[in-house]
Amino acid sequence: KTVEDFTGPRERSDPGFVTFDITADLQSIFDWNVKQLFLYLSAEYSTKNNALNQVVLWDKIMLRGDNPRLFLKDMKSKYFFFDDGNGLKGNRNVTLTLSWNVVPNAGVLPLVTGSGHVSVPFPGTYGTTK
Amino acid sequence: LYYQVLNFAMIVSSALMIWKGLIVITGSESPIVVVLSGSMEPAFHRGDLLFLTNFHDDPIRAGEIVVFKVEGRDIPIVHRVIKIHEKENGNIKFLTKGDNNEVDDRGLYKEGQNWLEKKDVVGRARGFLPYVGMVTIIMNDYPKFKVCI
Repeated sequence: KTVEDFTGPRERSDPGFVTFDITADLQSIFDWNVKQLFLYLSAEYSTKNNALNQVVLWDKIMLRGDNPRLFLKDMKSKYFFFDDGNGLKGNRNVTLTLSWNVVPNAGVLPLVTGSGHVSVPFPGTYGTTK
Repeated sequence: LYYQVLNFAMIVSSALMIWKGLIVITGSESPIVVVLSGSMEPAFHRGDLLFLTNFHDDPIRAGEIVVFKVEGRDIPIVHRVIKIHEKENGNIKFLTKGDNNEVDDRGLYKEGQNWLEKKDVVGRARGFLPYVGMVTIIMNDYPKFKVCI
């Protein structure tokens, strides 16, 4: 559906709604120098307005010592998924990728993208809210 | 005495050269910054030191930790990029948020500003050392201390 986006300029933008499952085992990334992992799920897509859009839908901080296995089902996005314009409707290729930022106790801060991703086509018409 | 003064001057100019050299190599006007707030906890705490680079061709991508300044304000802010919209010509606008904050940074931007641009970026966080920056914070909070040193 199209909704007034109060967080941006006063034009109408498309919000997207995505639900997802995540199964992951991040045990192998943790070592003596890893303080925490900042995990995030981002959606990447192109529109007429913008060649590249990336929106973080969900994130989680995983500290060393926390359970490294994730088994999440039916998660809703944590953040509003607004496009800059109306580019979500009918967009055939919205790619969801899980990435993470390794935060060391001291040292370099690498950003790693998980291999594998899911492509989600968005419906061609606006839906209705329940 | 003459020798001591010369020696001191050598040390000061070497330090200055190293600092200026760092600025050139990293491309950032401020390649080393101290974390001033707790908005990125538990990753970074007040007093941690961050090493930045600011290469012009480095694209800004969601998930990166950037240090930026709001137009008209001097204080650099260290937060994560959560949304980007980039045009074909490379023009990019992006939104940031502190990991430890409930809401995004729109409240921190200038009145009426909803997005940040490349020009607002001081650098990207590449490396970090904990606690080392505490000296700067102590010196700022307790100016008497600075006079002592």
